[in-house]
Parts: sequence; C-alpha cells; structure tokens
Amino acid sequence: MRLSGRFGRFGGCYVPEILVPALEQLEVAFLDAQQDPAFAAELNGLLADYAGRPTPLTRCRNLPGNIYLKREDLLHGGAHKTNQVLGQGLLAKRMGKARLIAETGAGQHGVATAIVGALLGFETVVYMGAEDVARQQLNVFRMQLMGATVVPVESGGRTLKDAINEALRDWSASFETTHYLLGTAAGPHPFPTMVREFQRVIGGEARAQIVEQLGRLPDVAIACVGGGSNAIGLFADFIPDPVRLIGVEPAGKGLSGAEHGATLLRGTRGILHGAETYVLQDDEGQIADTWSVSAGLDYPAVGPEHAHLKESGRAEYVGCTDAEALAAFKALAESEGILCAFESAHALAHALKLAEAEPDSAILVGLSGRGDKDVDQARRLLA
Amino acid sequence: MSRYFTMFDRLDGAAAFGAFLMLGDPDLKTSARLLDSLVEGGADMIEVGIPFSDPVADGPVIQAAAQRALAAGVRVGDCFDLIAAFRGRHPDVPVGILTYANIVVARTGFMRDAAEAGADSLLIADVPALEADPFVRDMEQAGIEPVLIAAANTPEPTLRHIATLSKAYTYCVSRAGITGTHAGGQFDAALVERLRAADAPPPVFGFGISAPEHVRAALSAGARGVICGSAIVDLAQRGGDVARFVRSLKAATGNESAPQ
Repeated sequence: MRLSGRFGRFGGCYVPEILVPALEQLEVAFLDAQQDPAFAAELNGLLADYAGRPTPLTRCRNLPGNIYLKREDLLHGGAHKTNQVLGQGLLAKRMGKARLIAETGAGQHGVATAIVGALLGFETVVYMGAEDVARQQLNVFRMQLMGATVVPVESGGRTLKDAINEALRDWSASFETTHYLLGTAAGPHPFPTMVREFQRVIGGEARAQIVEQLGRLPDVAIACVGGGSNAIGLFADFIPDPVRLIGVEPAGKGLSGAEHGATLLRGTRGILHGAETYVLQDDEGQIADTWSVSAGLDYPAVGPEHAHLKESGRAEYVGCTDAEALAAFKALAESEGILCAFESAHALAHALKLAEAEPDSAILVGLSGRGDKDVDQARRLLA
Repeated sequence: MSRYFTMFDRLDGAAAFGAFLMLGDPDLKTSARLLDSLVEGGADMIEVGIPFSDPVADGPVIQAAAQRALAAGVRVGDCFDLIAAFRGRHPDVPVGILTYANIVVARTGFMRDAAEAGADSLLIADVPALEADPFVRDMEQAGIEPVLIAAANTPEPTLRHIATLSKAYTYCVSRAGITGTHAGGQFDAALVERLRAADAPPPVFGFGISAPEHVRAALSAGARGVICGSAIVDLAQRGGDVARFVRSLKAATGNESAPQ
C-alpha cells in the first residue's frame, strides 16, 4: 500500500490475505485517477449533467434559528450516495472490471449502485439481508428495474452487516473481474479515504454557498452518522476551520438500552469489516445486533476517520432517538415542505435542539437524502 | 521443540493430515468427543476454530458451525478449556487455533491464555501480512507459533514477509474464495515452489480438501500437508462417522497412522 490507511490508530486493512492485492490495485487506481485531469473531467461532468450538482443550500424559512440545509436529497437517486458510486464506477471501468457487487441495508446504496451499473454498463449484484428484502420490496424492485440482481442474505441476523460479509465473500472469489462498490466511508483501506474524497464535494459546495449567502462560515456543521460517508463528506473541507463538527448517531429506543446503533457513543474499540474502529460488541468481541428506525444508520461499526475525529476531539458525536428523529421529520415536512430521509432527520433533530439553545448560531445540516422511501413507515409510526 | 517440528520430523517427508472443527459446535461435550474422533481417525494435527459472529473468510458450513456454538452460549474461555482438556488427553498432537482479529483483540492476554491451554499456533483469518507484525510479536512473546496465509495471488515481497513471520507451517490457499470452496482438485505447484524459494515453513493446503483425490492432488503439487475443514464439520453436523472419514482422507496422504 502507498498510503498508511490509518487515521490515528484507527483504520487499516484487516482482510484475508487473498483480498490484499485487490485493495492494492484499487488504491493505485484511485491515486492515479486523482492525478488524472481526464478522470476529474468525466466525474465532474457526470456529477453536474447526470446527477444534478451542485445541490442547493436552503435556509429554512419557518423553523426556528438559522438552519441551512445542504440538499443532497435533491441529487439524482435521492441521496448523497450517488456522488461516490459515480466515482467508484469510473474507477471500476479504469481497472477493467466488468461486474459490480455491493451491500445494501434499506436499499439506498443498492439503488445507487444499480444506477451506476445501468449507466456505465456493468453486471450488478446487490447483497441485501433477507429481513431487509422483505421490508423494502419497493427498493428491491427499483434495483431490478435498473438491471441489478438482488441476492437475499440468509446468514447471521440477515441485515446490513451480514450483507457486507456476503459481499466480501463474493469478492474473495471474484476480484479479478469484479469491483466491490462499498457503500460508505468504512471498511478496509482504501475505502474510507476514497469514499471521503468522492463525498468531499458536499462540504466543499456547502462551504462556498454559505459564505456566499451569509458572508461567513457556519458556526456548526451537523450530519448523521451510520457508516459515516455523508458526515465525512460534509466535514472534510471544514476540518481546518473554526467550525464545530457534530455527528449524530442513532440512539434508537434510547442509549440506556441495547436497541440503538450509537457506535461511537456506546461502542468500544475493535476490528470489523476490515478496519480498526469503534464497534458495538459484547465483552468477547462478538458483534451486537443494532437497532434504528432508520435502516441507513443501523450498523454496528463506523468509519475509522470518525473514530479518530472523536478521539482527537475535532468532532463531537451525540445521539438522537427514533422519536426525536420522527418529530424532526414531521417538523421539516410541516414547516418547510420537505420530506427528508429518516437518516437526515437525526441530524435535523439535533440542529433543532441547538437552534433553541443558540438562536444566533448559523447551523449547517447535511440533508443527506429524501424521505420518499420512508413515507410508508412514517404513515404507520405517526398514525 | 515445537510439536509441529516434531510432527514433520516424525513424518520424515510424508505429508501431514490436518483436521478442523469449530470449538463448541454444537455444544462443549460433543465438541470434546469430536476432537477425539479426529485423533482416532489418524489426524496428525488439529485445527480448531474459536467462533466469531461475522466470519468473512468462511463459507456457509463453517459460518453455521460458529452460529451453533455461539447459540449454545460458548465463550472464548470455554474454547481454551476444551483445548486444555484435549491437550491433557493428547500431549503430542499439534493444535492450531483459527479465529478472527476482533476475538483476539477483545481479550487481554489472548495469546498467553492460548499458550497456557496448550495451543501451538494461531492463524487470524482477517489479519494479512500487512497488519500482522504486532500480532506476531505478541504470539512470539507468549510462545505461540504464527501461521499466515499465502495465496496464489500473493506478490513476491509479501510472500517473503510471510515466510519470515510464519513458524509452524504456511497455510496455502490455491484458489480464490472462502472455506468450503471447491478447488476442483487444482492446487498450485508454483505457489509451493515460490514458498520453498522464500524459505517459508512447510506449505499446507487448506481450502478445497473434501475427498481423497483432493488430498492426492495437493500432495502432488508439493504440499507437506493438507487441512480438511468444511467436509468434516458438515459430516459431524449430520451425525456421520468422523473418525472413519478422517481415516479415508488420511489414507490418501500415504503416511501410516502414527502412534498417538
């Protein structure tokens, strides 16, 4: 490897030996592409003319305080995921791969991968926990409409972490022809670095837009954290600035119990899915089952750079319960006419708390996705 | 003198037959009995898994075995107890542990406890040579012999690194994939040759051994041993005669049953 792949003590490349050459090939392709103006031109062209970048920065008119929403919900595909699947898709082309595999929880990353598979002409296989397949039939059909094959994963708890395990197993046998399009800024090196770089555009745009609209930097930038890709994308360009960075983890049914996915708040150091990071686990290292109303945040590990930002003190991490997220989801719909994803509602919920305490602070919120996928669940939960 | 060294010395150039079981599958008592069946069948070395909830290097058979053990409430300490009791019954049979990094880092003194139980080696499936140095230092300090995986696609510099880190044997993976993958009787003689050139510990093939012809194919590729895992675990789970199955594979190595 050319880079260390470490963020402080976190990160690394904990995979079976057989996968190391594939990750080395990916790192080389990524670093070469970063130096290649033709790659940047093609990616930026797709981001602008296909995906709809730049996304707007919207100042909330009716919610209290000064809340600015970075509108990744308006990106093609309905979430920030599209940014990085386009980047990885072009890299896969560059490496001469013919097939993409991906994991998905609720289906958003699977849909994003199916989009890039259709656009760039890959055979696409998406691993999805059998529980999630049953709960997210519409997203399964979306993927199939775009030509992807969805494989239900029956092992383990039959959710996102099991889908990642299965994708890694597939990749161990298929890496010569196949790119594993990991969906977040977690996993083994070079994924956390690469995904951050492909998502950096979120914070880069937001920084320029808020300076333009407000004449200064925001006081706070807030994003939800599952694996952590939208948060690291929002934070990356603000790290050198005097801006508070706050990641919001899913506190589920409450942090005092076990039904949450608050890895940085309640987890301990461990090694899962290729990286040393914080992990929700028992005292012997067996991975815990997690819970969040939002499937996109329901993951027992977290991107290793967030673990480092927490330990170094550069970013703060807080929790937001299912109930708080639902209330924020409803408030945004009623006050601003925006249906956001349950994931994004976690970030907004914390922004609303902060706006009450500090009405003059300029608060930037990463609105990572739109809420269409959650409308059905909201109808049941808010009834 | 290491038990592996003594074993290879005793075999005098003949191949070693290694047999794998998941500790605690399906429960502690049955697991202890199954370990004895491996020796009864003539296994020269025993490999044991310590179950992990998320075993990414394992195929469905060994995943299911780990799930059964965890569902039975088996803890890491129970696994060390099983090894210690086995060691009491079989003082000379080399025992290697196969597990995952998170199990090792979660337990302070994992290597020391493994050594005290009487284990001889440790292979951590998701620790490649790139990340192995600190783990290997801990193993050596505790008197556990490191085993690393070498694959057909492992580049030369990594292979040399593996050769310097590994002690007991080199775990060779011929074809891409996970445990339980059928190698189709194809074992990579070039890998064996490259390991020999790098002066690595004896090459032992680990994936895709489920029938006597696989054993013979691996040996004709130059292996000093083979390990059979998924096929034994699967048979045990179905209540088959494990000792008899081990005997049939062991016979294909051409080495006579050693006095145990």
